[in-house]
Amino acid sequence: MALLEVKNLVKSFDRGTVLKGINLTVDKGDVMAVLGPSGSGKTTMLRCLNYLEIADSGEMTFDGVTYDLSSSSKKDIAALRKQTGFVFQSYNLFSNKTVLDNVTLGLTSGRGTDKKIAEETALRELERVGMADHADRYPAQLSGGQQQRVAIARALATDPKIIYFDEPTSALDPELTTEVLDVIRELAGSGITMVVVTHEMSFAKDVSSKVVFMEDGLIIEQGNSKEFFNDPKEERTREFLKLNI
Amino acid sequence: MDIWNLLIESFPRIILPGLAMTIPLTIISFALALVIAVIVALIQYSKVPVLTQIARVYIWIIRGTPLLVQLMVGYYGPSAFGIKPNGFVVAVIVFAINEGAYCAETIRGCMESVPKGQLEAGYCVGMSYPGIMWHVILPQAFRAAFPALGNSLISMVKDTSLASNITVTEMFLATRQIAGRTYQFLPLYLEVAFIYLMFSTVLEAFQRRGEARLGRYDHGTSGS
Ligand SMILES: Nc1ncnc2c1ncn2[C@@H]1O[C@H](COP(=O)(O)OP(=O)(O)OP(=O)(O)O)[C@@H](O)[C@H]1O
Ligand SMILES: [Mg+2]
Repeated sequence: MALLEVKNLVKSFDRGTVLKGINLTVDKGDVMAVLGPSGSGKTTMLRCLNYLEIADSGEMTFDGVTYDLSSSSKKDIAALRKQTGFVFQSYNLFSNKTVLDNVTLGLTSGRGTDKKIAEETALRELERVGMADHADRYPAQLSGGQQQRVAIARALATDPKIIYFDEPTSALDPELTTEVLDVIRELAGSGITMVVVTHEMSFAKDVSSKVVFMEDGLIIEQGNSKEFFNDPKEERTREFLKLNI
Repeated sequence: MDIWNLLIESFPRIILPGLAMTIPLTIISFALALVIAVIVALIQYSKVPVLTQIARVYIWIIRGTPLLVQLMVGYYGPSAFGIKPNGFVVAVIVFAINEGAYCAETIRGCMESVPKGQLEAGYCVGMSYPGIMWHVILPQAFRAAFPALGNSLISMVKDTSLASNITVTEMFLATRQIAGRTYQFLPLYLEVAFIYLMFSTVLEAFQRRGEARLGRYDHGTSGS
């Protein structure tokens, strides 16, 4: 069953059209890798799905509710965001909050959850990403990999129906990449629906169930992960894979 | 030795108006200024239509005119309508409005220095805009603004001497009155200068201690 269906998403900035009509379907439980060269619009697409950017046009059906991606009420946007999680390339932890508070804030401030319950939930999610021992630290005291794991715990804590990852490891040194990818791999195994923009080909190959290949604001090819890597249909895809594997 | 007697005798007569007028004037005005500053900074940061423009005009006028002139306008303005204002009340209001404009710019600048990504992250975990302001943006802005706000407060202690021009008997006017009677201008003005210096020094000490206490989160200590 489709959890997320995007129709005809178009978005332009001053310098030109970045998304030229994206159609995308994500089913419940999918782990979808989004691949594509730099500047192809992957980040912009994810941001539009959470109204961090307002699209020029486009429609999205999420869990049975249809949204106009070019305009929506604050209330609808807030309701949508409460069902989704987002992990940024640059972590974006709240620098004035401890690790624990970073994870609880979406519950306490965002949802009015009781502080004690929020902290239990937060510690459970921090445990899951291996960061419970650092609950009292501040983001500036952590390595990039640790910060990103906290950011993942923060996204998990609110129990989202889908989590968007925008190149979660590309700001990290190679030796820190593994610890974050391991966490995401573990999540993939637990059935959480995820859309992961990534440059890590081997990760996409091993972990994702579906792959989307974007270029120049369009989805060139999408499909089952095995087929995509073993038998790409499009010439452009083949070229991209040749260059990147 | 006459001078020493005068200085010792005048000391309580200067410091009492200091405690009764200068300090309350500073504290009340600065507290109000901070309230104004946060509101004006939030309006600008959030780009609220119309109000943002009004805020710009407010800051433009206040920063472009002398404080002394603002005090005079505040004091003699109501007289034009037959109201005889209380000098202290006018001073509090004018200092608050004046300092509010400067502090608003400080706070807004510091709000804008918080990475936008933290605002977006707040949205993405389901927080409301006011919630993000309250828990994430404003605390960081205040931390960053603390030294500058401390300096503003110290300047303000000194600026309250201008209130002497609108009949507020704060330290400076009290000194001037004694000097006018005794003709010992220099020793008395040096004395009041020394008292202002003491007040400022105490505030600076508080400022340093405050900064030390606030300086927890922004520099990492270990990387592991
Ligand atoms: N806020 C913005 N204003 C103007 N142009 C933008 C903005 N954000 C993105 N763009 C442009 O849109 C295009 C697509 O950017 P986007 O970040 O979505 O690509 P991407 O596929 O995520 O690339 P990368 O792999 O480098 O992260 C780029 O040409 C970029 O310069
Ligand atoms: Mg990107």
